[in-house]
Amino acid sequence: MTTTPQAVRRASPRTRRAATPPDPARPLLPNTEPVRLLDPTGTPLPARTDYPEPPVEVLRELYRRMVLGRRFDTQATALTKQGRLAVYPSSRGQEACQVGAVLAVRDTDWVFPTYRESMALVARGIDPVEVLTLLRGDWHCGYDPTEVHTAPQCTPLATQCVHAAGLAHGEAYQGRDTVALAFIGDGATSEGDFHEGVNFAAVFKAPVVFFVQNNRYAISVPLSRQTAAPSLAYKGVGYGVPSEQVDGNDPVAVLAVLTRAVAHARAGNGPFLVEAHTYRMEPHTNADDATRYRDGAEVDAWRDRDPVARLETYLRARGVLDDAAVAEVAEQAEAYAADLRTRMNEQPTVDPMSLFDHVYAEPTPQLIEQREQVRAELAAARDEEGDA
Amino acid sequence: MASTMAKALNTALADALAADDRVVVFGEDVGALGGVFRITDGLQARFGDTRCFDTPLAEAGIVGFAVGLAMSGLRPVVEMQFDAFAYPAFEQIASHVAKLRNRTRGKLSVPIVIRVPYAGGIGGVEHHCDSSEAYYAHTPGLKVVTPATVEDAYSLLREAIDDPDPVVFMEPKKLYFGSAEAALPTRTEPFGRAVVRRPGRDATLVAYGPAVPVALEAAEAAREEGWDLEVVDVRTIVPFDDETIAASVRRTGRCVVIQEAQGFAGVGAEIAARVQERCFHALHAPVLRVAGLDIPYPAPMLEHTHLPGVDRVLDAVARLQWDDQPDPRWAAQGSAA
Repeated sequence: MTTTPQAVRRASPRTRRAATPPDPARPLLPNTEPVRLLDPTGTPLPARTDYPEPPVEVLRELYRRMVLGRRFDTQATALTKQGRLAVYPSSRGQEACQVGAVLAVRDTDWVFPTYRESMALVARGIDPVEVLTLLRGDWHCGYDPTEVHTAPQCTPLATQCVHAAGLAHGEAYQGRDTVALAFIGDGATSEGDFHEGVNFAAVFKAPVVFFVQNNRYAISVPLSRQTAAPSLAYKGVGYGVPSEQVDGNDPVAVLAVLTRAVAHARAGNGPFLVEAHTYRMEPHTNADDATRYRDGAEVDAWRDRDPVARLETYLRARGVLDDAAVAEVAEQAEAYAADLRTRMNEQPTVDPMSLFDHVYAEPTPQLIEQREQVRAELAAARDEEGDA
Repeated sequence: MASTMAKALNTALADALAADDRVVVFGEDVGALGGVFRITDGLQARFGDTRCFDTPLAEAGIVGFAVGLAMSGLRPVVEMQFDAFAYPAFEQIASHVAKLRNRTRGKLSVPIVIRVPYAGGIGGVEHHCDSSEAYYAHTPGLKVVTPATVEDAYSLLREAIDDPDPVVFMEPKKLYFGSAEAALPTRTEPFGRAVVRRPGRDATLVAYGPAVPVALEAAEAAREEGWDLEVVDVRTIVPFDDETIAASVRRTGRCVVIQEAQGFAGVGAEIAARVQERCFHALHAPVLRVAGLDIPYPAPMLEHTHLPGVDRVLDAVARLQWDDQPDPRWAAQGSAA
């Protein structure tokens, strides 16, 4: 074969365009800036093709549930002051995340919440008294997880991420198109189970959406102590998981990003990781003192990005929410809180004998013995009371 | 027909996979390789890689994944490659596997079997020979089972997979490949029943898992000393069979509890306490324990020093106050007080 001088010139390194292979990580990486569809004042930003705005009737429902959610949260914090709740971890300020995420999934999908997701659970339609059962001081999760497709609120950090991967894989294995939505906080992304959960979901292509609410603090420890990554959303790429970051105080953007993430998972493309940048306006729980680790100016700056006001401003400007509608939602929220107050003021009945009922499917002989012992102790205590 | 415990476990898994579509078997190297001990040999070829599969090398992930699969209605059987390699999964086991039924008032159960090849005697290097049963037995909500015979290996594993509760299934590694006559498939006594492996009149040896053959050997050797020893195999540590063990000790009046694990705060201590509580007036001597030493599991060249063998058992039997004299070991301390 002969080579013409022209052909040599075409192939010479100086003139040939470098044939770099496409970067396989590129499609997995999040946008460098969090996705945002409304600015902090509620003014719409230019529409995006990658994250179309949800239909207006969905946004109105999002607004309604956010208002109810905030009222629920305020009421729960108040109940701790009256001694009706042992403890309450507030998610005030995170309404867009709490409500937006659950609106993105179906009732038949499974949600894996942490202890901070009480608002998300009531937004999912679970009875608030059931949601608060554990925090009230009882020993069980309150609701029936199989009925509401929601795991018990998880206290051990990040452990629910692997459950979500397993549930999603098991559902797909049995021919169902269920998606698992796993909530997790910024601090818990440091736990091994977060990484194992994302990795298992990726390897088995399980339909899971991992939703990281980065509210800046793990109790008192700031994000800078959890990670050196540019964003928590970058943690997906190492596992081959597409990821996105979103302004977590922009309800429209949260719902848009989660909707796309859920569709991605349901279509059989495997898991998706979303980091929402948000802020916990209240202390870690009512027992925490946030003034020891963050200053008021920081909190005030986030107050200006309030997600409820932001959505209200936007919906009003679009002409789909007026004074009457706002008042009606506010009225619903008051009624909801009043009902919760009334029901939480009733002293719950707890039965010590029930402690033995669900340790095993059938109690062991040793538990039967201990149950009889407790029964005798209670009877003796009653007799003493009777004598006194 | 002659078989081994390894073969019996393999057959039990195959039969469970064949009997119930919900059963899935997974872990590290359980697929093409068939497990480092070959317990899952041939299962992937026969049932496909959706029923028997390898996972990422992460034990917390394996057990947590099993929790999620169980929530979706499946019956996961997971293999922890070695006893000490299960420790990363301990949070999942203690906080979720053991408690989900209780936390949901029975609405969610996690019928998972966690297979743990455990204990020593195989010349394994460090982190490969731990006796970890006490950690699990101390955790309410778990059942803890350990076979000592080939037939029990089959039957207890089938029962574990069918059980509505999570079961930590402890497999004594050193008993995997010993051959014994066994008719498989078979069903032996159910969970919660200890079994008298050798009847005797003079003293009861209580043992489980890898200590059972030691107890039987010691009982044979004791005949030469003129002692007729009964051997009880605990089989299921949880649920525990107080009745069979107490009945035996009431008959014999003397008891030695044998475990391979280090002794302090171990399962043997619990058994000794329970026997003493129930049999005090029938006892002619304190209940003694024979156990491994309270040291990290030693190097292969020294493991024989650690493992309770026939001699250590016979020494204990000799101290059961046959002549109604105080145990010389404790007598000096007693008189000083």
